Amino acid sequence: MPQVSLSVNGTAHTVEVEGRTLLVEVLREQLRLTGTHVGCDTSQCGACVVHMDGESVKACTTLAVACEGASVTTIEGLAKPDGTLHPMQEAFREYHALQCGFCTPGMVMSAVDLVQKNPQGLSEAEIREGLEGNLCRCTGYHNIVKAIAAAQDVMHGRRESLAAAAE
Amino acid sequence: MNVMAPFEGIGASVRRKEDLRFLSGRGQYTDDINRPGQLHAFILRSPHAHARITALDTAAAKGMPGVRAVYTGADMAAVGGIPCGWQIHNKDGTPMAEPKHPVLAEGKVRHVGDPVAVVVADTRQHARDAAEAITVSYEVLPSATTMAQAQAPGAPAVHEAVPSNLCYDWHIGEKAAVDAAFAGAAHRVVFETTNNRLVPNAMEPRAAIGDYDATTGEHTLYTTSQNPHVIRLLMGAFVLNIPESKLRVVAPDVGGGFGSKIYHYAEEAIVTWAAHRLGRPVKWTADRTESFMSDAHGRDHVTRAELALDKDGTFLALHVQTQANMGAYLSTFAPCVPTYLYATLLAGVYRTPAIYAEVKAVFTNTVPVDAYRGAGRPEATYLLERLVDVAAKQCGFDRVELRRRNFIATDAFPYQTPVALEYDSGDYFSTLSQALETSGWHGFEARRAEAKARGRLRGIGISTYLEACGIAPSAVVGSLGARAGLYEVGTIRVHPTGSVTVLTGAHSHGQGHETTFAQLVADKLGVPIANVDVVHGDTAKVPFGMGTYGSRSLAVGGSAMDKAMDKIIAKGKKIAAHLMEAAVEDVEFERGTFRVAGTDKTKALAEISLAAYVPHNFPHDELEPGLEETAFYDPKNFTYPGGCHIAEVEIEPETGKVSLVNFTAVDDVGRVINPMIVEGQVQGGVAQGVGQALLEACVYDEGGQLLSASMMDYAMPRADDLAPVSVATHTTLCTHNPLGVKGCGEVGAIGSPPAVINAVVDALRDFGVNHVEMPATPPKIWSIIHGTK
Repeated sequence: MPQVSLSVNGTAHTVEVEGRTLLVEVLREQLRLTGTHVGCDTSQCGACVVHMDGESVKACTTLAVACEGASVTTIEGLAKPDGTLHPMQEAFREYHALQCGFCTPGMVMSAVDLVQKNPQGLSEAEIREGLEGNLCRCTGYHNIVKAIAAAQDVMHGRRESLAAAAE
Repeated sequence: MNVMAPFEGIGASVRRKEDLRFLSGRGQYTDDINRPGQLHAFILRSPHAHARITALDTAAAKGMPGVRAVYTGADMAAVGGIPCGWQIHNKDGTPMAEPKHPVLAEGKVRHVGDPVAVVVADTRQHARDAAEAITVSYEVLPSATTMAQAQAPGAPAVHEAVPSNLCYDWHIGEKAAVDAAFAGAAHRVVFETTNNRLVPNAMEPRAAIGDYDATTGEHTLYTTSQNPHVIRLLMGAFVLNIPESKLRVVAPDVGGGFGSKIYHYAEEAIVTWAAHRLGRPVKWTADRTESFMSDAHGRDHVTRAELALDKDGTFLALHVQTQANMGAYLSTFAPCVPTYLYATLLAGVYRTPAIYAEVKAVFTNTVPVDAYRGAGRPEATYLLERLVDVAAKQCGFDRVELRRRNFIATDAFPYQTPVALEYDSGDYFSTLSQALETSGWHGFEARRAEAKARGRLRGIGISTYLEACGIAPSAVVGSLGARAGLYEVGTIRVHPTGSVTVLTGAHSHGQGHETTFAQLVADKLGVPIANVDVVHGDTAKVPFGMGTYGSRSLAVGGSAMDKAMDKIIAKGKKIAAHLMEAAVEDVEFERGTFRVAGTDKTKALAEISLAAYVPHNFPHDELEPGLEETAFYDPKNFTYPGGCHIAEVEIEPETGKVSLVNFTAVDDVGRVINPMIVEGQVQGGVAQGVGQALLEACVYDEGGQLLSASMMDYAMPRADDLAPVSVATHTTLCTHNPLGVKGCGEVGAIGSPPAVINAVVDALRDFGVNHVEMPATPPKIWSIIHGTK
């Protein structure tokens, strides 16, 4: 079986995979990083989004063999090592942008990538459009959009904290 | 410095305790659990809507790599069928038709997705590969997908034992009174509609793990369930014959339910049974296409309604005839949805004095249909609120004034409707006024004109609704055919040093119980929510419970906790009286402190709990040590949330695309414990209602193939399909539960669909249409605008 070497959340791993093995299967079943979820089989829902070499990808449609040498960040690796939440995680909590939590890891990882790619700042409509690849069945998205809008100000250094963004 | 602790009790928008684990990827959903030695099951499903299995050969599959077993219906013939939890009676008093629902197909398949065989293998991939080596010979039979097909002369029988395909023919209300009222009515308004079939699509696909310990004989089932105790009861008693003491059901973190995870499903029995046979844990996880073919669907009603009005617009009578699609088998709650959760709601917020409803439930070759967020109440609300708009237009009344004219008066509660329910409280005039004000209803024509100048058709629509939830008084539902009680159970365990564990039979799958329930304890016992842990979802930990659905968790489960806290306080007072050498009737309790009335003698709750567990100085003659109390709460009535929803839409004439541009919800959900969570529940419910109105449809073709079987084909609402939703509450208290709460989980999905469609029809007022069926998709709207229909 092919071997793949990759870094996940800063830790190097070498895993044996089949040609058909998906990145999400490596993460969930071999590395037991179960924060990355699978919500569909047609690349629609985005529950499986992780960052690969700084880009958001759907881990359910990424073949593991395509990840040789890649650096992958999952939801488990987003907070600082001391446990301090990323501003996006903090904003999701502050704005009640999650209910059942199942879409949340993918939603947060997509949102981080969306904000990082748009340092000029995003309007509400642009945030909604930017979430096209992520489905949530619980929240109606309204609070997710508010959370991302608040987090982007903190991520881009326009505000010091979420408390300031909320004012 | 004395820092005031932030208020965490009833009414505080406390941030959720459960969020940290979900946000850091440390939630534990069923598929995240892996048991030592675990095998994986794959289920081979029927590709046909209706077929006889003439041959089934599993020999090749059994020889495939990694395969441990292959099971078919013959292997599971000794296992009971999947039971139905509700029995409806026909007009003539005979019971409904209740054909067997086998766990695995027995000689015949009845819908696309019906389980035929199970492969258990070392990995999921091995199991899936082997399933492809199973040879099934089918004799394809004619199928009936729609209720019209199923009731046509010569229609194929879904079940041989039910040649008519009729599950039941039921009615409620007074036909004679309705007929008499119609005879003298100034206006008669007819409305016919189909309430579109929906797929719930919780983001977490269903999953189940069976585990068996041969040394103890104990079975454990981990499952994506809204009600683990109910699954234990149904599966243990009716399907696998396992006593409760030997069957533990765990529903860990569950990624959304919306009704679809209430029911006992075949896969739960399969993995539990297979784990016992094989002596190894067996896991099954649905892929999304499997979810579309096997999770119970929602809605699917075809209805004709007629309303009689006098010359001033006062409603005189309502006659409703509904056909409800049951699918191929009766799911757990299915029979009660179009009857006691639908027809009993047909008075709505109105004083209609005579109502008669007839409901026929029909078997078809489709996935079973059961409760989906709102369950019966969205169908009733949609029917009524469209009918009122159609009546206003046909008879020349203002649609708001017509509603107001017929509202139940605010001082008329308790109000007995002609269809069984007695509403305890409500104030429909206030929610209406507030929503009109917030939405800028009276300034709408300027917005319509402005949109027109931009080439857009703008419309506004209203819905004034109520629903019945807080399910349910056991004696009442028992008399109506429920086969279980619907109380709830709560345990309050005060630990020796004063922290609290709450055990609840309700189950959280997004609702935030770990926070809201902790707030109840903080408010009543004065314990900070950081020191209150809520345990749910495990039959080995929680004494008993009926789970979460029908917006019952707080109204019934919260009330049970409140009752248990009353017992804690009563016992605590006796201990405090002993310690402070006072008479028990002189001891007062408020938010964590026992006080001898009129003195400065006090004892904190933690001192009392310590005395209870270290009972050196303790009233042993009178009390047992410990401080833990359990209460069962059986509600006296349903609860009746209600309110007003107003939607504003714009249509792009060139494409027919409808965009939601404004939405206002003013709801009366009773006392609000956590406003942030309530607002989130309403927003999420509205999103599902807007999805039903504009986007979602479960589509079968003529041959019974499920065409919308993936998220590429079934239009789930996305972020840019929705608009900001303005949510406000106007409270009247529930009069019969101790918390005054009514429930907020379903109101959004119940009130919103007619508001949206009323807005669409309003936007199209120049095109001579009276109605647009849900979902109002671009092709339908384009055809209306361009006159091709």
